[in-house]
Amino acid sequence: MSDTRRKERIDRCIKAVTDDIFCLSSMREMGYLILPRVLPVFIVVMAVILFPLYWKKVMIITCIMGIMAISWDFMASCGLISLGQALYFAMGAYTAGGLNYYLGLPIYLSIPIGTIAGGLLSTILIFPALRLRGIYFSMVTLIIPLMLMRIIEATKIIGGTEGVSGLNSLPGTWPPIIISVTAVWLVLFSMRRLISSDYGLIFVALMDNDRAVEASGLNILWFKVQAIFLGSALCSFCGAFMTHYYMSVGISAFALDLSIFPIAASVIGGMGTLAGPLLGAFILGPLSEALRSFGTFRIVIYSALLVAFIVGLPEGLFHFLRRKYEQIERWTEEK
Amino acid sequence: MIVYGFINSIILALIALGFSITFGISRVANFAHGAFYVFGGVVTWFFLMKMGLPYVLSAIMAVLIVGIVGGLMYRLLLVRLRGLELSEVITTFAVGIIILELMRSAGIMGFEYRLPSFIPGSTEILGTYVGYQRIFIVITGLLLLAILYLFVHHTKLGLSFRGVAQEDHTALSLGINPDRISMLSVTMGSMICTIAAIVILPLGTISVDEGYDILLKSLAVCIIGGLESATGVIVASFIIGYAEVLTSMYISSTLTMVVPLACMLLILLIRPSGLFGKHKELEERI
Repeated sequence: MSDTRRKERIDRCIKAVTDDIFCLSSMREMGYLILPRVLPVFIVVMAVILFPLYWKKVMIITCIMGIMAISWDFMASCGLISLGQALYFAMGAYTAGGLNYYLGLPIYLSIPIGTIAGGLLSTILIFPALRLRGIYFSMVTLIIPLMLMRIIEATKIIGGTEGVSGLNSLPGTWPPIIISVTAVWLVLFSMRRLISSDYGLIFVALMDNDRAVEASGLNILWFKVQAIFLGSALCSFCGAFMTHYYMSVGISAFALDLSIFPIAASVIGGMGTLAGPLLGAFILGPLSEALRSFGTFRIVIYSALLVAFIVGLPEGLFHFLRRKYEQIERWTEEK
Repeated sequence: MIVYGFINSIILALIALGFSITFGISRVANFAHGAFYVFGGVVTWFFLMKMGLPYVLSAIMAVLIVGIVGGLMYRLLLVRLRGLELSEVITTFAVGIIILELMRSAGIMGFEYRLPSFIPGSTEILGTYVGYQRIFIVITGLLLLAILYLFVHHTKLGLSFRGVAQEDHTALSLGINPDRISMLSVTMGSMICTIAAIVILPLGTISVDEGYDILLKSLAVCIIGGLESATGVIVASFIIGYAEVLTSMYISSTLTMVVPLACMLLILLIRPSGLFGKHKELEERI
């Protein structure tokens, strides 16, 4: 009789104590709260220190992709589902590359300026689409980077297909690693803080019910502009950073991989949690490195994983793990 | 110029029609559209060149096979995600990428992969030479539009398509199964897209990258015209078609790709719901 049995989920006592009443009275309770936050940071830091050089480089790319995924998830929790994350990346990459190549600005200027200016440029480009919602918005964001890529290819501006190379590189082995690992945790925890603040609530409300936001006397368009700017500035930072890391910027900054990776990472990790996409990125990043020999076939594997997760485990890994951590599950008989 | 603009517009309309039909009926945004287009071309090529079947038969086979693939995509994946727009978009997008990149890694590229024209040769219309193939495209396009119009307005299935498009709960209460109709709409969209591929592809070679271009073009056309309006699709494809031809004649042929983007951004700024998307004006406009 399968229909009389159901799975019951009960919060663990320790969760109730630490969550709702919030009086931490023992080391165990503090550990319960701190462990899931500190352990991943610890693992990543140890991994970076212990791994051989090649995998350190993989970690850098993974961290950068993690930031892209967090930014995608942030935008998605504002109801702005972007299928063209590569646009924001490319804007940052081209701005930083251009500043460094044509004006000779040093790295410590070109990356911050690239971040801000890239964010502004992407916001301006996306602005006409901001009045659209849902999939209409996604369609436009998909089109814009691919069209821009064709335009650069056709008109041969900013170096055409090959792009600009011979940029200044980041100094030494350690600085890029430290920057990327610090950046990813900084972004994660500050975005989580932002989302749960009063200001961030408006962003989440944009997705849930934007009419209600408007009825509260807030200008939705202006808040959407802010959300796009925040999200795209994060991606532009990734672009600017990677430009200097690779010492070149080219049309590959618009590539479809860059748009599909954050989505895949968020879907696998669990959307709407900000930590989930990072988890997804830390799974997909090394995986895609291990599959490097497959070439373009990698993107097939991403996409297949994406479909499998969205159909099979739509909540994502993070929600799944959190449920296991916070709740007891047992089968009960219906009376 | 007038003739080429006309042909170009019909080509665009043919490409966008499949997407618009699927979206208009079942509100599934089929991002695998471009992939189905190239896939249809490849299947036709396979039957024609490798199996040696006659042209008409291989075309019919291709239309059927792509239709079945589209239907299966709905039946196996999308039916579980109905109503979750985000997941639908991601899934169709991912399926499209899987199809395209699988074809790429199967080595579909180069001059060898091309469909022959139905009738070689050309004729003179209004002082310009036009290949028979292009004339054939125009005829197919117009014929398809006429058939679709009759189908949607005068058959039982077509009417139930419209019913689901308007309000699927009411349709359900009248004994129409929206899931079945949606599946059929995805199937029909992919079939139309294959027909478009079969008549248009002889003008060039089959390449995987074209899949992305086709998707972009059909999205641009649909957004400009208003997403679910068939009239909008036709008007928008005439706008873009002529704008492209004019740009390549008077400015530079490298800038033709800019035209759809520029048109799209302009339209979005003025009328976010597209030229003919009256229906959704309140919904989408903020």
